[in-house]
Amino acid sequence: MTTISESALEAQIEDLEDKTPWHQAAMKMARKQPVGVAGLAVVILMIFAAIFAPWLTPYHPEYNDFAAMLTAPGGEYILGTDQFGRDIFTRILYGARTALFVGFAAATIGAVVGLVLGVASAYFGGAFDLIFQRVMDVFMAFPLIILALAVVATLGTGTQNVIIAITIPFIPQCARVVRSNALAIREIPYVDAARALGFGHMRIILRHMVPNVMAPFLILFTAFVGQAILLEASLSYLGMGVQEPTPAWGLMLQGGAEEYAESAPWVAIWPGVAISLAVFGFNLFGDAVRDTLDPRLRSR
Amino acid sequence: MLKQTGRLALAAAVGLGLAAGAGAAKAQTPKSGGVLNFVVGSKIPSYDGHQETTFGMIHPIRPFYSLLIRVNPSNPQDPTDFECDLCEGAVPEPTEGGTKYTFKIRKGVQFHDGTPLTSADVKATMDKIVFPPEGVPSARKAFFRSVESITTPDDYTIVFKLKFPTAAFIPALATPFNFVYSKKDLDAHGMEWHKANVNGTGPFKFVQHQPGAFVEGVRNENYHLEGRPYLDGFKAIAAPKMAVRLQAIRGDRAAIEFRGFPPKARDDLVKALGDKITVQESDWNCVLLATPNQKRKPFDNAQVRQALTLGIDRWGGSKYLSQIAIVKTVGGVMFPNHPLAANEAELLKLKGYSKDIEASRAEAKKLLADAGHSGLSVDFSNRGVDQPYKVVGTWLVDQWRKIGVDTKQRVQPSGPFYDTLRKKKDFDVSIDFNCQSVINPIADMTKFLGSAGNNYGSFEDPELEAIYAKIEKEGDATTLRKLVRDYETRALSDEASSMVTLWWYKINPHRSYVKGWKIAPSHYLAQHLDHIWLDK
Repeated sequence: MTTISESALEAQIEDLEDKTPWHQAAMKMARKQPVGVAGLAVVILMIFAAIFAPWLTPYHPEYNDFAAMLTAPGGEYILGTDQFGRDIFTRILYGARTALFVGFAAATIGAVVGLVLGVASAYFGGAFDLIFQRVMDVFMAFPLIILALAVVATLGTGTQNVIIAITIPFIPQCARVVRSNALAIREIPYVDAARALGFGHMRIILRHMVPNVMAPFLILFTAFVGQAILLEASLSYLGMGVQEPTPAWGLMLQGGAEEYAESAPWVAIWPGVAISLAVFGFNLFGDAVRDTLDPRLRSR
Repeated sequence: MLKQTGRLALAAAVGLGLAAGAGAAKAQTPKSGGVLNFVVGSKIPSYDGHQETTFGMIHPIRPFYSLLIRVNPSNPQDPTDFECDLCEGAVPEPTEGGTKYTFKIRKGVQFHDGTPLTSADVKATMDKIVFPPEGVPSARKAFFRSVESITTPDDYTIVFKLKFPTAAFIPALATPFNFVYSKKDLDAHGMEWHKANVNGTGPFKFVQHQPGAFVEGVRNENYHLEGRPYLDGFKAIAAPKMAVRLQAIRGDRAAIEFRGFPPKARDDLVKALGDKITVQESDWNCVLLATPNQKRKPFDNAQVRQALTLGIDRWGGSKYLSQIAIVKTVGGVMFPNHPLAANEAELLKLKGYSKDIEASRAEAKKLLADAGHSGLSVDFSNRGVDQPYKVVGTWLVDQWRKIGVDTKQRVQPSGPFYDTLRKKKDFDVSIDFNCQSVINPIADMTKFLGSAGNNYGSFEDPELEAIYAKIEKEGDATTLRKLVRDYETRALSDEASSMVTLWWYKINPHRSYVKGWKIAPSHYLAQHLDHIWLDK
């Protein structure tokens, strides 16, 4: 970055710079965003459960124990068991692994690809931008779940395909938002300066433009993780996602919830609570990140 | 065989239901009138019974058609009780050493378009089923391998000449898919016309089909059985989700579902509706299999296949899975209640049928180790239908885990699943099933032959074929029973080319005002509805 652009940029990118130490910033954020911190706590709890699941429960998530089938919550089985006698608490803990893996994988790939494509679209402009945005329009014309269903129906079920199915609808969403921010950055002189110095397109996009659209990117990313968890659960519930006996929250709802909702409601309640909490946590945390990073909201 | 039960906690309610249902049905005079609403959990691929195999077609379409003979709807549990539908009198006995059957056709029967029925219509129908022209699908052509010729000496007589005497012919003829079509329609419109059009002689006339919603039928005033049907009409409501079907019965939007519900659904309905619900239960002529693909290594190795079958705790599975799924009975290759089926002592001799499951699992592990496949991984293909496929599939994954086999279950919707099973064949082991209508054990057991069109194990077993050839022509009951045991041992134990898991168990809770319907050992049978009436 040249000195010419630094002064010109100072006013516009001050919101992206954080000169205070991270722990102070975190404390400041906690004071300003207590709800966001609660969301973060849920996210951390979920990550903790996913990592330490084998140490938190004596049961295996896939082992059948018919002698204990449909045991009510309490005693040996804190959240009860399902129709195969599997401990629901154990399957919730291990299910967090599936949710986080699919959630982070889909959100990361979708957001990063969308980021690069969105910035590139803004940077090159012209016919490329026009055609690319119309392609994005086509994808965005489909509701998220419909597009994901179409992809899974084409590729088949399974964790990998679910990630692809969720990733594809995220790309245009991220690309569109990032592009609108990148369009403003494109007009800032330091980009012209970089071009004048003979830097390649890739370097200008990745080194000079992408870092300056990180705020909307991070906001979208956190929102995407929550959405991806919900989508994974929806696809699994519809029988088009992760397959038995893999522990997954949506699958737990699909397997027993319909049939045992009346006689063994815990089979449906706990996975439902887990999905709700996870999505709620990521959404709260995402809102807090947005409020912190968006200069228009920061002063409120 | 007919069992009408409830759990202890629900015994009183069920008892009331049974008393009201079974007892009253005998004592009461059928009432005419009313429209029967029932729910169907599958789609209609086409209206052509000759090429379809699903209850999704039979339940809404069968009431528009008649058969030459049919299973007696008053006694559907008896595998030998057949009655004339379009023929006259009793079902004929064979002549000429059991190789000739002569049927007299009922006079005065009309198709719904007014065309009179003659033996030419029955012949045209049977020719389409038994000797279909090239390119015309006939799902049950193999049932009639014994038929040499079909002739019509006059307008009301049809003669079937067989190549050899066989007890399998009459049950095959009573198969509920053998809809009798009008020769005029076949000649004028071709063999495909009935896929999308209906013109039968059945108790109900076609009114409309709203795809994905319902099929509607109205009473055929010219029906050939006097005083029938009792109903003014019926509406077959499409409801793919089980929860919707259950709620439809609970809310009295539908009176019955003819396929069957799992035990929990029965209990919920009985608990909620008490004596407004009658429960009928029966063994089911349907079995869930696991078929190893012998084109793939190491499943071409009999030791590996034997290990997989030894790893399945069928007796334990029966005890527990029967509480959560529509499976129950431990059996071999033949419908468990048939006289030719293996008894418990005979079953216990087969690999995988011992009640000492720990010993079986130890043997399985040893076999895998001897074959050099300890820690075997299995790509297990399953159908995306909960009952009973996914429930049994998930149970099998756990069973095989206990002998050290790592099983990855690949669940696909019905279309792609069948594509994998029948065309791609890219599976190690697949869920498979043998669901038949009329109990016809000699014909039904062809499923286990490598040469059978519906066997997907990709193997050849000349010894098994030779045993079956003897079974087909054997007349002596004792020898026949011995041959069936040899066949069963070869297929399930020595070669383990197929693995029988559990036979299905049919549970039909229905509104108590539905009278006249008796549960059959198949969800395809007795669906013409001319014997059903509503006690409202």
